[in-house]
Amino acid sequence: MKTKGWRELMQGAVILEAGNAVEFKTGSWRAFRPVWIEENCIQCLFCWLYCPDMAIKVKDGKRAEYNYDYCKGCGICALECPGKKGQKAIVMVEESR
Amino acid sequence: MARILAVSGNEAVAEALRQVNPDVCAAYPITPQTELMQRFASFVSDGIVDTELILVESEHSAMSTCIGASAGGGRVVTATSSQGLALMWEMLYIASGLRLPIVMPVVNRSLSAPINIHCDHSDAMGARDSGWIQLWSENAQEAYDNTLQAFRIAEHMDIRLPVIVCMDGFIIGHSIQRIEYLEDEEVKKFVGEFKPLNPLLDIDNPKSYGPLILPDLYHEYKRAQHEVMTKVKDIVLDVAEEFEKIGGRRYGLFEAYRLDDAETALVILNSAAGTSKDVIDEFRERGIMAGLLKPRLFRPFPYEEVANALKHLKAICVLDRADSFGGYGPLFMEVSSALYQVRERPRMINKIYGLGGRDYLPQHAEQVLSELVEIAKTDKVEIIKEYIGVRE
Repeated sequence: MKTKGWRELMQGAVILEAGNAVEFKTGSWRAFRPVWIEENCIQCLFCWLYCPDMAIKVKDGKRAEYNYDYCKGCGICALECPGKKGQKAIVMVEESR
Repeated sequence: MARILAVSGNEAVAEALRQVNPDVCAAYPITPQTELMQRFASFVSDGIVDTELILVESEHSAMSTCIGASAGGGRVVTATSSQGLALMWEMLYIASGLRLPIVMPVVNRSLSAPINIHCDHSDAMGARDSGWIQLWSENAQEAYDNTLQAFRIAEHMDIRLPVIVCMDGFIIGHSIQRIEYLEDEEVKKFVGEFKPLNPLLDIDNPKSYGPLILPDLYHEYKRAQHEVMTKVKDIVLDVAEEFEKIGGRRYGLFEAYRLDDAETALVILNSAAGTSKDVIDEFRERGIMAGLLKPRLFRPFPYEEVANALKHLKAICVLDRADSFGGYGPLFMEVSSALYQVRERPRMINKIYGLGGRDYLPQHAEQVLSELVEIAKTDKVEIIKEYIGVRE
């Protein structure tokens, strides 16, 4: 997206379209990436509940893959994940690896 | 037919607000503005206006409420003085940054400490950089006329900026003066129906005010805010021309009094200009070519026009009723900046007068004008900035 020049701005910085936060992608902030390990997932959806953004996708009531466009790597999902038999279903991996 | 009455400056501005009948007013009392809002509150409680009067716990809340109501889509007013304006400080920048056409009479008063309730211009000068348009008024008539014009300027679709209307506390605010009121119908027609722009209360089209703007765009938003200020003076003149047709009184960006053929001049704001004009008349009778420039539009400051009006003079004194401690007076700085851009310019001095309600007397104007005559003769300035009317 081309950044606007000063003549093209909405006066007073008023946002006229509701719900446009979806256009603001924050995934590039991430230093650690959460990785979902499906075989350890008990489908509690704690990760979906606790995610402060919209990075956890749910399909047909079941946990689906991450939407990394909105994941800042905060790690809350990994912390809250109860896992299965002591094995976490979400682990944080350094982004550079 | 104009109604001619004897009223205080506060009463005159309250009457202007009654005639405009704004949608929302959020205000907090402070001397010397109290009488203005007390009178307007009476109009509200007597059912004479339809205004929603919101009584708040501070001026910070008053301005915050005005911002909300203005973004909501209403015609909004408040009024304040001194510490009240100082307490609004952070919200002033938000009102202008969000481009909200709020109108605010400021009944000028000094700032603490030491605490003092009387007139000087420190309050409004402190709001100089806040992005508000500032109109200054010599007397009750000008305060009334400026208040009416302020709505047209603020609400102009090319501008949409908040406007401060200044008048001197007590000297004008509480003094009874002759005034000509316009008829209610004339005022109603002149200010017109309020046209909201991007109102929050248009719930079918939801929108957001006040987003975070990071370094990638903040600089651009401020550039755009500067741009809109450059359009203000033309609109101020258009509105003044239209006002003259109904009010019969002519307004410009400033008043030039006996300036065309003058050799020396005073530059001075608000009520002290009236005293100065009398003294200039006396000097003229003695054959001394003195004049005066009284700024009306202080923000945006009309640099070119002021420079053109003053450049032919030999010596001028800018009198400030506010100080920038460790700097020159704020009006002096503007006039200096304006005149620096012309090659041939007058010698300039700066006098600080009348702080905290100290009287500005004809003898002060005489003293300054006599000094200017001497400077014009010798082309020498001894002291640039000096306090006058001060006990040694």
